[in-house]
Amino acid sequence: MTTQTAPSTTHLPQTVEPRNPGMELDLSWVRSVQANTSAIERRAKTLPGRRSVKKEYQAAWLLRAIECIDLTTLSGDDTSERVRRLCAKARMPLRNDIADALGMSGIQTGAICVYHDMIETAVDALKGSGIPVAAVSTGFPAGLSPFHLRVAEIEESVKAGAAEIDIVISRRHVLSGDWQALYDEMRAFRTACGDAHVKAILGTGELGTLRNVARASLICMMAGADFIKTSTGKESVNATLPVSLVMIRAIRDYHERTGFRVGYKPAGGISKAKDALVYLTLMKDELGNRWLQPDLFRFGASSLLNDIERQLEHHVTGAYSAGYRHALA
Amino acid sequence: MSISERLDKMDYGPAPESSAEALEWIESRGGIAGHFIDGKFGILRDDLELRKPATGARLAGLTKGTADEVASAVKAARRAQSKWAKDASARARVLYAIARLMQKHARLLAVMETLDNGKPIRESRDIDIPLAIRHFYYHAGLAQLMDDEMPEREAIGVCGQIVPWNFPLLMLAWKIAPALAMGNTVVLKPAEYTTLSAMVFAEICVEAGVPAGVVNIVTGDGETGQHIVDADVDKIAFTGSTAVGRRIREATAGSGKALTLELGGKSPYIVFDDADLDSAVEGLVDAIWFNQGQVCCAGSRLLVQESVSDRFYAKLKRRMDGLRIGDPLDKCIDVGAIVDPVQLAQITKMVNDNTEGETYHAACNMPERGCFYPPTLITGLSPSATLMQEEIFGPVLCATTFRTPAEAVQLANNTRYGLAATVWTENVNLALDIAPKLVAGVVWVNATNLFDAAAPFGGVRESGFGREGGLEGLMAYTKPKAATKALEQIEAFTGNDAGSDPIDRTAKLYIGGKQARPDGGYSKAVYSKKGKKLGDVSLANRKDIRNAVEAAQAANAWGKTTGHLRAQILYYMAENLSARASEFAKRIDLMTGKTGGKAEVEASLNALFTYAAWADKWDGAARGVPIKGIALAMKEPVGVIGALCADDLPLLGLIKPMGASMAMGNRCILAASEPFPLAATDFIQILETSDVPSGVVNILTGRHTELAPHMAAHNDVDAVWSQSSSNVSAVIEAKSVGNLKRTWVNNGQTTQITTRDYLNVATETKTVWVPYGE
Repeated sequence: MTTQTAPSTTHLPQTVEPRNPGMELDLSWVRSVQANTSAIERRAKTLPGRRSVKKEYQAAWLLRAIECIDLTTLSGDDTSERVRRLCAKARMPLRNDIADALGMSGIQTGAICVYHDMIETAVDALKGSGIPVAAVSTGFPAGLSPFHLRVAEIEESVKAGAAEIDIVISRRHVLSGDWQALYDEMRAFRTACGDAHVKAILGTGELGTLRNVARASLICMMAGADFIKTSTGKESVNATLPVSLVMIRAIRDYHERTGFRVGYKPAGGISKAKDALVYLTLMKDELGNRWLQPDLFRFGASSLLNDIERQLEHHVTGAYSAGYRHALA
Repeated sequence: MSISERLDKMDYGPAPESSAEALEWIESRGGIAGHFIDGKFGILRDDLELRKPATGARLAGLTKGTADEVASAVKAARRAQSKWAKDASARARVLYAIARLMQKHARLLAVMETLDNGKPIRESRDIDIPLAIRHFYYHAGLAQLMDDEMPEREAIGVCGQIVPWNFPLLMLAWKIAPALAMGNTVVLKPAEYTTLSAMVFAEICVEAGVPAGVVNIVTGDGETGQHIVDADVDKIAFTGSTAVGRRIREATAGSGKALTLELGGKSPYIVFDDADLDSAVEGLVDAIWFNQGQVCCAGSRLLVQESVSDRFYAKLKRRMDGLRIGDPLDKCIDVGAIVDPVQLAQITKMVNDNTEGETYHAACNMPERGCFYPPTLITGLSPSATLMQEEIFGPVLCATTFRTPAEAVQLANNTRYGLAATVWTENVNLALDIAPKLVAGVVWVNATNLFDAAAPFGGVRESGFGREGGLEGLMAYTKPKAATKALEQIEAFTGNDAGSDPIDRTAKLYIGGKQARPDGGYSKAVYSKKGKKLGDVSLANRKDIRNAVEAAQAANAWGKTTGHLRAQILYYMAENLSARASEFAKRIDLMTGKTGGKAEVEASLNALFTYAAWADKWDGAARGVPIKGIALAMKEPVGVIGALCADDLPLLGLIKPMGASMAMGNRCILAASEPFPLAATDFIQILETSDVPSGVVNILTGRHTELAPHMAAHNDVDAVWSQSSSNVSAVIEAKSVGNLKRTWVNNGQTTQITTRDYLNVATETKTVWVPYGE
């Protein structure tokens, strides 16, 4: 299996990387998966101390982090205006003077992530930008609405113009060990997505153990997920480094065995530029530079962008910045 | 390069830690490292040179300590010792102050360590220095508790301490903290490559209010170390190579100086097929590429279960390629510089001389100059390959495969060393079954290179003896308070009585559960004080020792029996001895010409009951270490113990070492009282009728001066004890170097030995780290 590694001039993943078609459910592989929590926690804890990115390199890394953000709003009080504002920020995430000082132009976020009802507004607001719209789906965040409605929701969202669909898996299938049901569900979601890319949200904070996280990751990839994603942002525990380590090691194993690259999206709780750098480090060290592109890595975040802007202003001016100096999303 | 080009490449870029403050510190102190004696910084001489391994540039000059300078340091330590030993809580406060000040100067210490040693700043900053600080905090507590918790023990006196270059400050802390806590004073020599952090430490001592003479630091090389070994010190503590450890053992033999050695290793790293392979690979980074593999307990022998070996090697190679090697002061570096060109040449030669297996060098960018060696994996080595047996002390991992857990244990233990071992499996049954079977002082389950002041660290076999850390570590810096007095040699009575017993009763030896004639075919008459012949005893020689050791080794199942069962057998022996008490008492009185027989038999019964009582109670401890997990300090039998029994108490002198040894699961070879051997040979019948498995106890009779050197030189004997009145202490210590066995000798002195003293020497601590969490 060979894959292209063209530079990412567009965010649309399918133009760069062949999609993961999935494979037959391999239960013996699933059952052999191990995740030693204490060792994983140690690795996660020492990683920030092992890597350091400074000065111009840090500025470049932070720009990359912006390019990988799925700028997100998933609130009950979202309105069209609110979504338009968010889209405007996605088109111009950095103040012009900062972008100029860095010699950069055309920096945009990786995508906009909204509920179904906001898709059309977002697609319209992003017209011509090349920024894809991602929609959360399948009864997000609990995933407990009737199955046929969840599938139909995907189809509706795709029809409305979503290029990426963030589905939630049925956590109960993992907790009850019903791997076949999980596989079938994911397969059905993938089929419903058609050409839209599908990100599988595992709800890791509700899976109980890292071993379950590893198994669920693997099954979703076997069933054709383009991305695996930690959480909805609505659980009490969202993206953590140990969970990320487990998921990206699963991605690595899947790539080693099948040749297909699956993307990773940590979501929820990542709000500091410093954390973003650690996540990029984790991707680089565990998976390699190829996974530092927006077609294979996204942050699900909203407040992260503001902190990155502040750090970049500091890089440019040498003075620490304030939040209000940067435009609201 | 523009930001946009950097954005395309996504490289890490340089992230240097500044060395300006550290270099200025050196400069402002005259640019030369030298002695700190009696609270004062001494003569600075540019005898030798400290260099930065990363570039070879000179960092500072180094004063090479002379014999006179060492002597003046020892004198200062001697003067300060008795006052220092008086007030434990005052010591606690000083140690606490040291810890606090080290924290205050943490960055200076870390940078100094990295400049001097070449290890990555991440390691000195996040591991070496915090662990050293923790050691002083922990021992401040132990000083505070000493009077209450250890009323029967006291400081040894002046301790000579020699530390290696791989963890300069941490090893200094491991040596100085417990010594000071227990009221000793020290003369410490840092390694010749890495002296600078000790200089900063000396200033911290002044600031912390350490009284003059309590901590003395003498700088120099191996010759200076030799002067410390030869000086008038009460103890030598050494961490370094096995070869030098052996020389120190020989040099101190018979001197009465206490000795602890923490030496080399070739520690196994075992990966079972059900392990979390990615985590096990990551563990190897900390096992063999930590500190460039220059770690005595480095997991340098990888043993992987055959069924997963290909996948594991592939994952490992991939991980190796991601290691970043280069400027140790860069905060983004995994592997730093080798300490010295001499060491680099040694590593290079060992790897180049190897002709077996496949050698894989990590595909990482190598610095163009400086003392660097790439992370290396050599797979497909057979156990007989030199690289599987000899310590490389570099970033080179040697690997082979195994098929079953039993084979893993066999391969793991196929080494002269026994420092540490690592086991990766998700099966708790397997992990806890394997850990006790591994011949090592430390076992890490699903982790590696974890250290803490509360967890004892140290080796078995040729990795040395003595523990550092925990309560166990204090044994190395204290001695019993009991008074000693010179021991007179007790001679056998002579006579020319032919004997009146019509049936000859030449007592035989007791080897492997059978009465055996001596190999040499010689025997000797035993007379009463009045010259009456009491019987004949066999004269054992080296071949009888050989046979006894073989029998004892064959009885290794004894160590795996339950404490309850061992107690039952000891009680049974007491029962049988009690039935023949008057006969034994009479025999003792006849042999010794005294009237203490009855009391001695009573004391012997009491001793058997005491050791039976302890057999299931001398427990280990679960130590609170700062991880999510536990460190189990388990008591294990030492193995096969040779004991030269006390001469003056023919029965009790046999029962005590035997009882302690048996109760703790050891097998023993007892050389009976030389002048009065018949109580021991009578005791053979008790052994035969008390369900003692064959080989667990072996009894020899004969001349101690003849038996001692052969017992001490036997490489399958794990310890030799002597309470003999013959002058054998020096020869035992000198001959013990073959396998660096534990020795416990009386040095011609008699003293009150407590039950706990016996139990301590009959056991060794194995620390098993079990992190947990799901």
